[in-house]
Amino acid sequence: MDALVIIDTLRALVADVAYEPGTSVDATTIYVPADGLVATCLALRDTESLRFTVLVEVTAADYLPRDPRFEVVYHLLSIPHRLRLRLKVRAGASDAVPTVQGVWPAAGWLEREVWDMFGVVFDGHPDLRRLLMPEDWEGHPQRKDYPVQIRKTVQTYEPLQVTQEEFRANLERDRTRRTTH
Amino acid sequence: MTSPGVHDHGLDPELPILTTTVERVVQWARQSAIWPAQFGLACCAIEMMAMAASRYDIARFGAEVFRGSPRQSDLMIVAGRLSRKMAPAMRRVYDQMPDPKWVISMGACASVGGVFDNYAIVQGVDQVVPVDVYVPGCPPRPESLIYGIVQLQQKISRSRA
Amino acid sequence: MAELRTETMTVNMGPQHPSTHGVLRLVLELDGEIVHSANPTIGYLHTGIEKTAEQKTWQQVIPLVERMDYLGAQSNSLAYALCVERMLGLEMPTRVQDIRVLIAELQRLSSHLIWLGTHAMEVGAVSMLFYAIRERELLLNINELMAGFRFFPSYIRVGGLREDLPRGFHDAVNAFLTRFPAKLDEYEGLLTKNDIYRRRTEGVGIVSHDDALAWGLLGPIARAAGSDYDVRKYFPYLTYPSYDFNVPTATEGDVYARYRVRIQEMRESVKICMQAIKRITPTGAFACDDRRVVPPPKDKVYTEMEALIQHFLIYSQGFTVPAGDAYVPIEGPRGEHGVYVVSDGSNRPWRVKMRAPSLLAIQALSTVIQGGLIADVVAVIGSNDVVMGDCDR
Repeated sequence: MDALVIIDTLRALVADVAYEPGTSVDATTIYVPADGLVATCLALRDTESLRFTVLVEVTAADYLPRDPRFEVVYHLLSIPHRLRLRLKVRAGASDAVPTVQGVWPAAGWLEREVWDMFGVVFDGHPDLRRLLMPEDWEGHPQRKDYPVQIRKTVQTYEPLQVTQEEFRANLERDRTRRTTH
Repeated sequence: MTSPGVHDHGLDPELPILTTTVERVVQWARQSAIWPAQFGLACCAIEMMAMAASRYDIARFGAEVFRGSPRQSDLMIVAGRLSRKMAPAMRRVYDQMPDPKWVISMGACASVGGVFDNYAIVQGVDQVVPVDVYVPGCPPRPESLIYGIVQLQQKISRSRA
Repeated sequence: MAELRTETMTVNMGPQHPSTHGVLRLVLELDGEIVHSANPTIGYLHTGIEKTAEQKTWQQVIPLVERMDYLGAQSNSLAYALCVERMLGLEMPTRVQDIRVLIAELQRLSSHLIWLGTHAMEVGAVSMLFYAIRERELLLNINELMAGFRFFPSYIRVGGLREDLPRGFHDAVNAFLTRFPAKLDEYEGLLTKNDIYRRRTEGVGIVSHDDALAWGLLGPIARAAGSDYDVRKYFPYLTYPSYDFNVPTATEGDVYARYRVRIQEMRESVKICMQAIKRITPTGAFACDDRRVVPPPKDKVYTEMEALIQHFLIYSQGFTVPAGDAYVPIEGPRGEHGVYVVSDGSNRPWRVKMRAPSLLAIQALSTVIQGGLIADVVAVIGSNDVVMGDCDR
């Protein structure tokens, strides 16, 4: 299906969103502004003629010298109609993109990965924390200004999770508990 | 009785006694029954499983079972790429193994970081645990790994108990 | 009378665990044996392959990408090669496509064999692992015959294949294909009607059809829940339309259904391989004609100036791919396996992203095992066929 056909269908369903068709070698590509994303996705999922029920992938690419810097890419699949679609949302370094986890639950970890690797914030995501890197890592590795090789000593011991006083209090509490029943 | 000057290790032709040192026996026992802990991380783990299977049977060399718990094993074969997130967990598993323990670093990624010279992979597990034998390859053939284990056995027999 | 104090117990199935198929950490909240909640943590095998691939030339990315999903290694390189060839606009000769189909199906067999072996071993049938690895050794021998390396042959390149098929390839593949169906019957004889196996897997880990699609789980998991989506039938690639094969489905969506679907998939793969090997001539074209991408034959390099220049350019700076992006999916052993490649017109990729079916399977895991027993956790992880290299990349 051509990008323009899908855009026409969407314009009838979703108000006031400026879509742009993109060019690509293989799939239909549509640029969607961030504020119209959730409404567009709901329309794509629920309309009978489209039925994009499967979110195949959420990823991002960093085009550093260009502003806006990131392009968040969504790949969608419609099994009944045998269609594939690519949505792209342009986001700057400090822009937030609304989450589509309410539309497709698959987006949860995929958006976490984009946050982890690129630093794109997803508004409304219930659990936006590191997925692939350690919890206390600094920096977003797949940005173009992050080095490929770093020299850093390996952390061989996990940081303590309780303080000394808490540990002693826990011991004391367990000792008294065991003797009361 | 043996005449003086005959070597003092070996079979006495008149009495049915074999003499040796305690150290040799202990080291021979240790080298012949090395039980590895399951520490397969990535692709090398599959080759390690292939080595444990019937064609390149590692049980012939003494490694009868791969123990699930590190507290019951003496060898840790680090099979695969060690990421920075996994390094504390690996150190913990190593610390839980009782002495005497040995480490074989299997594959290029465990030995030097392999093809992945980047932010996520530890460039060689010897930054985290002391390694006895390095086995190169990506992944090493099961025969290479068996050669590595045989080298480890020879190293054990040469070392002090 | 003391009252019973009940509270949940938190158990850590840590990154080092025999049954987690690699380094996956599950923090389980248990009430006795029943799982109240499961919190998976991944990332213990994150290798930064995608960032490293941005530093290599287009052809050099192939070995890196093969090491992502290490059980279905050549399906990774097939997806990547198809994607880059789509961006370059290259057409492969039919013989190359048939050989790629054969390799893809043999790789599916290889991956499913390890799945079968490890899953059955974790559920209790330990000898299955030895049987499965015994068959897999024959497949690895075929890999070694073809390209010299058991595991990651790097035989599929952008532009075709690395070199022509060796002598003895047809005999080796035919010998394997004649032997394998009987072995598959042996495996089914061990597990399919086995009461213990059925009681451990029937009704366990049910994923309904709508849930599977909402969570993005395509492949055997969706097919066991009633969907018939298979990339080879819906969005055909290579020469799959000319092969005669079925896509097995089931309706229950539990672990046992996934087992049956995968066993049947192995039989269909054998069917495809038998058709493919008849069509492949022992010698012939092994790459396309494009001189920018495929190096010329060595005897020409030594005698013709033009061929020498071509060879030098290809091996020093590589070829360039026009700017743009593409996503090409294939049907890997775990489901839809695709690569999203972005090019800026130079000789290095700008972004390579692999779709990871295992990531989505683990994301859905916390919902699927809730309310089940702790013994079912092992069966479900095994049946979802997660490979941590694919999940963490």
